[in-house]
Amino acid sequence: MKRLFPILAVITAALLAYALYQALVVAPTERTMGDVQRIFYYHVPSAWTAFLLFMVNLVASVVYLIRRNPKADAVAVVSAEVGVVFCTIVLVTGPIWARPVWGIWWTWDVRLTTTLVLWLIYVSYLVLRRFSDSAQTPVLAAALAIFGALDVPLVYFSIWFFRTQHPQPVIGGGGSLDPRMAHALLWNWLAFSCFAFLVCWSRYRLEMLQREVEEAHAMESLAGAGAAASVPLNRSRQ
Amino acid sequence: MNSIKYLFAAYIATWLIHAVYLGSLVRRFSRLRQQLKELGKGK
Repeated sequence: MKRLFPILAVITAALLAYALYQALVVAPTERTMGDVQRIFYYHVPSAWTAFLLFMVNLVASVVYLIRRNPKADAVAVVSAEVGVVFCTIVLVTGPIWARPVWGIWWTWDVRLTTTLVLWLIYVSYLVLRRFSDSAQTPVLAAALAIFGALDVPLVYFSIWFFRTQHPQPVIGGGGSLDPRMAHALLWNWLAFSCFAFLVCWSRYRLEMLQREVEEAHAMESLAGAGAAASVPLNRSRQ
Repeated sequence: MNSIKYLFAAYIATWLIHAVYLGSLVRRFSRLRQQLKELGKGK
């Protein structure tokens, strides 16, 4: 497995470079927005990757609630954290795209607001994981993750159900996308998905290492407490 | 529309966010490895 990681890292780097080439060179310039529309090739794949990771978090949380499997809990933490990174990119690149196109950085539109709420839910999930020491934390976090995941379809379908300033979805939205644009979009999504997988892999190893350290600290504390308790006992025997 | 600066800003912001996150992972890894060493379990 350790040998596979650098090979996948090289493949992912090549994919990201090719996807960048597709986005900046191969994809045609959009007629009304001009070059700024190329933000689309980073904004949309980042959103899809974030949604995918939040769905992984949902599945892992449900598996943890049913089976109490610590590996499922670790997968849930990892997918939420990396998902928040991708969702942050969506919330940063969106306003940068909106400013020259809409003339504003932000509007309290349904799509934008539900995305911000989604980000806040998963940030609160991570805060709960980081600062709560209770043994019940993984269970509470898994329950929160289930509620958080309910926001994902709400974000995606909000532009179908409500009047919004955000453009219609690329897939299933009824609009037509130039095949070269669709091609560039899919290459970028593939590249970002591979990148997310590698980051999740590293973060999973980190999570397991962290649990190992916490276990070692707990064992050391127990050994220390045992030694302290045995001192008065020995003295009383003398 | 002079929009090229927004395009570069978005792409740079994306990679900056990824770089900051990857940097935090590297720092956490090295801190944990150090802790493991101190606990006498380092490999």
